[in-house]
Amino acid sequence: MTTVFDRPHALIDTNLHYCPGCTHGIIHRLIAECLDELGVEGRAIGISSVGCSVLTYNYFNCDMIQAAHGRAPAVATGAKRADPNNIVFTYQGDGDLAAIGTAETVHSAARGENITVIFVNNAIYGMTGGQMAPTSLPGQITQTSPYGRDVKTVGYPVKVCEMLSNVDGASYLERVTVCDVKNVNNAKRAIKKAFQYQIDGKGFSLIEILSTCPTNWGLTPEKAIDWLKDNMIPYYPLGVYKDKYAEEGK
Amino acid sequence: MSEKVLMKGNEAIAEAALMAGCRHYFGYPITPQTELTAYMAKRLPKMGGVFLQAESELAAINMVIGVSSCGKRVMTSSSSPGISLKSEGLSYLAGCCLPAFVVNVQRGGPGLGGIQPSQSDYWQATRGAHGDYRTIVLAPDSVQEMVSLTIKGFELADKYRMTSMLLADGTLGQMMEPVSLDAGEIKTFDKPWATTGTKMARPHNIINSLSLIPEELEQWNLERFARYDEAEANEVMYEEYKMEDADVCIVSFGITARVSKNAVDEARAAGIKAGMIRPITLWPFPKKPLLAAADKVKAFISVEMSMGQMIEDVELATRCKRPVLLCNRTGGVIPSVKEVLEKINEAEKIGGDRA
Amino acid sequence: MAATQIIFAGFGGQGILFSGKFLANGALLEDRQVSWLPSYGPEMRGGTANCSVIISDMPIGSPIVADPDVVVVMNNPSFDKYEELLVPGGKAFIDSSLITRQAVRTDIEAYYIPATQIASDNGLDGLANMVIIGNLIRKTGVVSWDNAETLVRKIVPAKRPELIEYNLKALDLGYNWEN
Repeated sequence: MTTVFDRPHALIDTNLHYCPGCTHGIIHRLIAECLDELGVEGRAIGISSVGCSVLTYNYFNCDMIQAAHGRAPAVATGAKRADPNNIVFTYQGDGDLAAIGTAETVHSAARGENITVIFVNNAIYGMTGGQMAPTSLPGQITQTSPYGRDVKTVGYPVKVCEMLSNVDGASYLERVTVCDVKNVNNAKRAIKKAFQYQIDGKGFSLIEILSTCPTNWGLTPEKAIDWLKDNMIPYYPLGVYKDKYAEEGK
Repeated sequence: MSEKVLMKGNEAIAEAALMAGCRHYFGYPITPQTELTAYMAKRLPKMGGVFLQAESELAAINMVIGVSSCGKRVMTSSSSPGISLKSEGLSYLAGCCLPAFVVNVQRGGPGLGGIQPSQSDYWQATRGAHGDYRTIVLAPDSVQEMVSLTIKGFELADKYRMTSMLLADGTLGQMMEPVSLDAGEIKTFDKPWATTGTKMARPHNIINSLSLIPEELEQWNLERFARYDEAEANEVMYEEYKMEDADVCIVSFGITARVSKNAVDEARAAGIKAGMIRPITLWPFPKKPLLAAADKVKAFISVEMSMGQMIEDVELATRCKRPVLLCNRTGGVIPSVKEVLEKINEAEKIGGDRA
Repeated sequence: MAATQIIFAGFGGQGILFSGKFLANGALLEDRQVSWLPSYGPEMRGGTANCSVIISDMPIGSPIVADPDVVVVMNNPSFDKYEELLVPGGKAFIDSSLITRQAVRTDIEAYYIPATQIASDNGLDGLANMVIIGNLIRKTGVVSWDNAETLVRKIVPAKRPELIEYNLKALDLGYNWEN
């Protein structure tokens, strides 16, 4: 019998706590496949953050550190500087990375820390039950913006890839999504490239992955995918925002 | 013993940390501890170590968490307002059972306070941030002791998997005294729990402070406190000065203990039997010698540069058997020998039956 | 000799802290107990600067000097402040090029040295502090004059060796100044 589909070694065989239809599971699998294919699981250190992704330390087979809210890039900086041979990645949501941890995000990019940041943007705080995130869209209704996000009073969403593209220290920034098969494959390519950059010592990479939160968006998984396509992608266009080495190759 | 050199307290701490095998430093400039940061910036790169000026105190302590998770000796340093920022990380270090060495060269507070020396972070150092945890707090009173307690601090942190904090003040940080940089044998500890990469040869290690199951978190805290109990049983350090026949016992740490020592000598020259117990570890606090002294002396005096913080621990340790007077200055002012002497006179007059 | 408590005071940039370090190193060289404590503040240059040095044969308690035996003053505000604090019989070393008044107290020994002028006349701008130190060593004997050259060589920064000669000359001018 030939095995055509199997669990990646870097992903632990356990039940995930994520809600049905949530795309975290897909993203976990993509990271694990990349660790497997690049043969770096044994020297990988994952940093989990605060939010829905807090329990990722239970899902990846590599060594894991659970960081305080927003501090994952600082912890990752320490883990990388402790031993540059470590392959260090953070797994952070939008509240963690773009609100409470903005300084750590910007400055780890500015330093060109040789780490890989996986940024899951689902435009809402999931773990605490659906509050407004720094990436919630204008007009988006959440528990803490019950009348819709009013940009006049709470300001505009933070576009992380666009912002970091102006930071000289950042090497590779790409926004992808996992809303369909084609995009899942594309997301994996980007994640793998980001890890490869780290292996090659090319510095800071951040892959922003537009993701869904059916539970807190109040939509079925299928409708959530549609909402992502119709609302998030137009506001957060997919694509490469910076690739220092591709630019140099030109 | 090696030849003595004149060094500033802040620089001596840095050099001692290097002697203890620390090769990773993360910090942020703040008066009056900046010489420590600058010393590390100069020395570490030449030793193949890592010096990084972080974007904030928060980032610095979290970088410490990253290195400590990977099993290496690491430190950060700051002064009072910066330690408040680091407090989040101190709680996480405790929750994750990670060793770390943290220096607080105190200045006056609260808020931005001032930049002159203070001991008003006593509560913060010995009580700390959120959650059930302890921090080993070491209080040097000389530049030489800054060296020995820094080395000790790294060892205790590794041994008990907890933070040890060197609690100094602006005076000790800025002053120069001759020091012998003689490390002796540096103790190291195995860290099988560290995230050093599985090498595909062992189950993954997880550094984590989160548990969503109350009974599990309770168990973790019980285990943590079992380690703290061990530290409390084994690691209390204090100095007794002229306590053999003392009627009045000063309790003081750090720079005020130096002032108090002069006052004890002057009191004795004037015929008053004064003595001093100087806690060197503020946690674990030297409860036993203080309780024993409570059966011998007329009164205690807590001499401190705060509104009276350690005095509560003195009262607890002595179970209020004898009066505890407060001799204090705050805001960056150091009590003078004269002020301590006046308080000794007052305490001596309390008289009454000895317990 | 028992403890000698010294305060150096003047403006930032006059070498106040360096003067203290010089004597502290002198004491260390003689294997005596010593402490050096600077004032510190937000002014990097031009503000008031002072430092306290205690040299003793016994372990030093507090490094803070409240009742100095010796003061070196290099501006008027410092003289006003520290003349009062001197112990009876204490010695004040006064840069009389910069300080315009005479000592008020009669129970102290005041030494007037136009140190800034002497330094300037000898092409030693900025070394008035060392002129005073030279005089102080002669009048107090707090550290040994024989070690002066060794000390200068020890603490002058290695990248500026030309300063050794200047410092030695300044010390010498002060040592031989007849007050």
